[in-house]
Amino acid sequence: MSSKVLASKTMASKTLPSRTLPGEALRNIVPPIVLALVLILCWQGLHLATASGAISSPAATLARLVVLMGSGRFWLDVAETGTAFAWALVLSIVLGIGLGVALALLRPVGEVMEPILVTFYSLPKVTLYPLVLLIFGLGMPAKIAFGIMHGLVPITLLTRNAITQLKPVYLRTAKVMRLSAFEAVRSVVLPAIIPELVAGIRIGFSLSLLGVLIGEMFASKRGLGFTAVNAMGLGDLDTIMAIGVFLALFAVLANGGLLSLERAIRHRSAGR
Amino acid sequence: MTVLAMASRDAPKAAIEPPAASLRGVTRHYRFPGGAKTLHALGPIDLDLRQGEFFSVVGPSGCGKSTLLDVLAGLNPPSEGTASFEGKPIAGVPDGIGVVFQEDASFPWLTVEANVAFGLKRAGIGQAEIDRRVDYAVGFMGLRDFRQSYPAQLSGGMRQRVCIARTLVLQPRLILLDEPFGALDQQTRLIMGDELLRLWRETRATVLLITHSLDEAAMLADRVGVMSARPGLFIDIIETGWPSDRDSRIVADPRFGEMTGRIWEKLRTETMKHMQTQGAGPR
Ligand SMILES: Nc1ncnc2c1ncn2[C@@H]1O[C@H](COP(=O)(O)OP(=O)(O)OP(=O)(O)O)[C@@H](O)[C@H]1O
Ligand SMILES: [Mg+2]
Repeated sequence: MSSKVLASKTMASKTLPSRTLPGEALRNIVPPIVLALVLILCWQGLHLATASGAISSPAATLARLVVLMGSGRFWLDVAETGTAFAWALVLSIVLGIGLGVALALLRPVGEVMEPILVTFYSLPKVTLYPLVLLIFGLGMPAKIAFGIMHGLVPITLLTRNAITQLKPVYLRTAKVMRLSAFEAVRSVVLPAIIPELVAGIRIGFSLSLLGVLIGEMFASKRGLGFTAVNAMGLGDLDTIMAIGVFLALFAVLANGGLLSLERAIRHRSAGR
Repeated sequence: MTVLAMASRDAPKAAIEPPAASLRGVTRHYRFPGGAKTLHALGPIDLDLRQGEFFSVVGPSGCGKSTLLDVLAGLNPPSEGTASFEGKPIAGVPDGIGVVFQEDASFPWLTVEANVAFGLKRAGIGQAEIDRRVDYAVGFMGLRDFRQSYPAQLSGGMRQRVCIARTLVLQPRLILLDEPFGALDQQTRLIMGDELLRLWRETRATVLLITHSLDEAAMLADRVGVMSARPGLFIDIIETGWPSDRDSRIVADPRFGEMTGRIWEKLRTETMKHMQTQGAGPR
């Protein structure tokens, strides 16, 4: 599916005027770099302004990150968190899309559920922590559950929304072409809602990562979340900051990738 | 003989050809959500579409024109009465009917070319034949330079032409068009009207065209059905008597002015009635 989408995207860019002018490329690269520099400067400023040691300096954090990345323990943590996150994300996507489709098809149920889900979405999920722990105990399942609790709802809501907002004339066209229900879903409904789905997945991605980390802080003895909390107990500020920066970089890069995928898909539907 | 020509029409004309489609006592009521109240949108209507004719429908906004098209296309069953296509009752969308909807129905995720080929791929037609038909339809609709473009890169009128081409390539024997040139200015409408006539002559399909433009209705059709305000009824069906090789130059003919005058006379009273009873109409 996505490879088809990408293929047609490259076909589209052929017909558009070339956008690979050097000025254009600079315009795309310069703002993020400037933003990063400003952020680092602010960070340094904060470090200098606060009492010594309250916030590590960018240099100290970077040094600590390099040391961490050289240690086997760190990568075990990354693997642990990564596994929980991958499960949480995949399950959030599968369940979220499934639930979203169901709520869109069962319109009355969907209309009742929507405000409930929105409320749940804005609720601090930490309040449900004891419940999750009671059900799953300590360890991987609890972390995954926490990730899903954060990631599932936005994917569900955006999927439902995408389907209910589908232009009726697309379905009428499918009917007039005498497509089977399966064919209509595959070649009309799915491509029509894919931009929304990617948007939902992008938001679910960030949130389920957040959920897994929170889960690790409370319900685990391993993973980056646990190590960060542990470092907090030891007053090891550099480690906390280094893990924070590592996660932030990962999240920003992944988000950027998904965002450009979403844009590439939307590009055609919404104009230039 | 062109790619889009219809084999069935090459048979010698029978003395009395059966109608392409016919409606008998067709009505359509819409249910208001939740309530037991219904809205009487259409009919009862009796109508025979003659094999190969160009029939246009005019009527005040909201009078049930699109509803009529839905019934003919098999998208909505009539509330009462019967609808049939080529002698068989319409249940679901029959094979051989093509529809161009009032709204833009081009798929934004497909190129012009892929949009036009869409129905053919599903119908399991060979690639060579698909290419041939798409090529022809894209050229016919003046979209050759935009084959690889996406609908978002086209104007509203061009998108509507994509939809027409997409319907055309399926070689329907009955083509239903719902205000396909709504987004176009008067001049372009006339030119597109010529294209439509060319298409109709070439494919020899039966065409039903819904339009808001009296000129368009009068110039294009063999017969113009004038509908009343809701619930829509045919208050008159006017034979234009134009030769089949007509084109937009006919608008200069004094008989054309006479024709639009006649249609307008019928419609004027209806439109006034409509405005008085329900304002500008719900849609
Ligand atoms: N799905 C529906 N549910 C309820 N009412 C409907 C529905 N579709 C149409 N109607 C009503 O039926 C009447 C006829 O609608 P229709 O769309 O057939 O009018 P129309 O003649 O095509 O109008 P226009 O020229 O503005 O396109 C309108 O009053 C409309 O509100
Ligand atoms: Mg209409």
